[in-house]
Amino acid sequence: MAQVSAQAETIHAQALVIGAGPVGLFAVFELGMVGISAHVIDILPHAGGQCVELYPDKPIFDIPAQPRISGAELAERLLQQIAPFEPTFHFNESAQVLERIPQEEGGGFIVSTASGKRFRTPVVVVAAGSGAIVPKRPPLKRLEEFEEKSVFYAVRDPEQFRGRRIVVAGGGDSALDWAIELAPHAERLTLLHRRQEFRAAPASVERMRQMVEAGQMDFRLGQICGLVGENGVLQAVQARHQGETFEIPADACLLFFGLAGRLGALAQWGFEMQGGQIAVNTENFETSIPGVFAIGDVCTYPGKLKLILSGFHEAALMAQKAARYVFPGRHVSFEHSTSSTILAKKLHQG
Amino acid sequence: MVRIVFIDPDGKRHEVDAEEGMTLMEAAVQNMVPGIDADCGGGCACATCHVYVDPAWQEKLPELFERNEAEEDMLDFAFDVRENSRLSCQIKVTAELEGLELQVPEQQG
Repeated sequence: MAQVSAQAETIHAQALVIGAGPVGLFAVFELGMVGISAHVIDILPHAGGQCVELYPDKPIFDIPAQPRISGAELAERLLQQIAPFEPTFHFNESAQVLERIPQEEGGGFIVSTASGKRFRTPVVVVAAGSGAIVPKRPPLKRLEEFEEKSVFYAVRDPEQFRGRRIVVAGGGDSALDWAIELAPHAERLTLLHRRQEFRAAPASVERMRQMVEAGQMDFRLGQICGLVGENGVLQAVQARHQGETFEIPADACLLFFGLAGRLGALAQWGFEMQGGQIAVNTENFETSIPGVFAIGDVCTYPGKLKLILSGFHEAALMAQKAARYVFPGRHVSFEHSTSSTILAKKLHQG
Repeated sequence: MVRIVFIDPDGKRHEVDAEEGMTLMEAAVQNMVPGIDADCGGGCACATCHVYVDPAWQEKLPELFERNEAEEDMLDFAFDVRENSRLSCQIKVTAELEGLELQVPEQQG
C-alpha cells in the first residue's frame, strides 16, 4: 500500500484525469471546452497509454477522418490538440487512494499517488484503460522471492549484470536488445525463447544470431518454468521444451513477456464494478460515486464497445456533468469548437 | 447459440452461450469468464486471452489449431505456450464449435 506522507504538498486541481491514453488525453480537450483545466497522471513515463506502450507502430483504422494512423501518431496529435488547454502532466505516478472530503469541508476528493503526491479536486476522471501497464509476470513458484533481487523485468543499471551468468527470457525487441547489450559484459548470457522465430527488428535478430555463432551468447529453445535458488539468490533457471525440462545455471534472470494491464488499487475505490470494469451510466459516465467518472476501456455499460472512438464520446458527455461540480451554480452552455469562445481564446494565446 | 465451455485452472467449468460470428474471447468476456483478460479488446495485441483448445478436436477440426502469424508472434508474450495454444480473440464462433472445451491457463500476465 502507498505510504502517503502527511506533509506532502497538496495540488489543487479542477479535475484529475487518471490515465494519459488517447481517451484521457481527449478528456483534457473536452474538459477544457467547458472551462476546466486538468491535471493528468499516468504510471508510464510518457503519454499515449496502451497505444504507445503496446502497439506504437500498429496502424489504427477506425479513428474518424484518419484512414490510417499509428498508435504513436495518434497520441502525438492528441497532445497537439490539447496543448492549448495546458494540462499539467504527472508521469510515473499511480493513483492509490481516493478519499472523499465531507461536504462541510468543501466536498470533493483527495487522490494520493504511490509516490505521495496528493491532489485535491472536485472531479476525478478515471481513464485508466485496462489499468496500469506493467510487465507480465510468469506464473512461477516463489517468483516474489527472487523479484528485484535476481529476477528483473527491466534493466536499470547494466553494470549490475557485469561478470554474471544471465538468462534473458523472451523473443521480442526488449529481450533481444538487452541480450545483445549485456552479453559482452556477462560471464555467460543465455537467450531463452520458445521458437526459432523472433518478433523483433530483423537487424537485432541477425546480430543475435551472429553473436551465438561467434560463441558470445547462447540460445536455447524453451519456455521458463521454474527458478532454482534460495532467499532470492538465483542458481539456475528451469525451462521446458517439447516435454523435456532442463536447467540453465544463472545468477540473474531478465523476463521480457510484454506488458499487461492491472487495475490495482483503483478497483478498491468503492465504485460499483462489473466484471472487472467500472460501471457507469451512459448519460454522463459518472460512476456510483458522484463526482468520479470513468471513460474509455475501463468503464462498462450495456452495449459498451472498447473503441477509442467510444471513449472520445464518453469524454464529451462526462465534461458536461463535470462542469456542474467544478462551477456549481453556473450554467454551462454547450459550444461547438468552431464557435467556442473558450477555445478561440486559448488558441490565440498559443 | 453455440455452447462453449471454458475450464478454469481449478477445473471449474463455465458454460457460455456464444453467438455465431463473435469471437471466443468476446463470448468469454460477455459471460465474465475469469482469466480471459483481453486487455486490448480483440486486437491481437496483448496475448491476455490465451486458451488451450481441447486436443480431442484435432482430428475433427484441425484448422482450430492453426495459428496465424500475428497470433504466433503475440504468443511469445504468453506463458506455457503449448501446441494447442490459441488466442481466443482469433477464433470466430461457428455452429461446428458446439460443445468445444477450452482450458484457461493459470495466468495471463
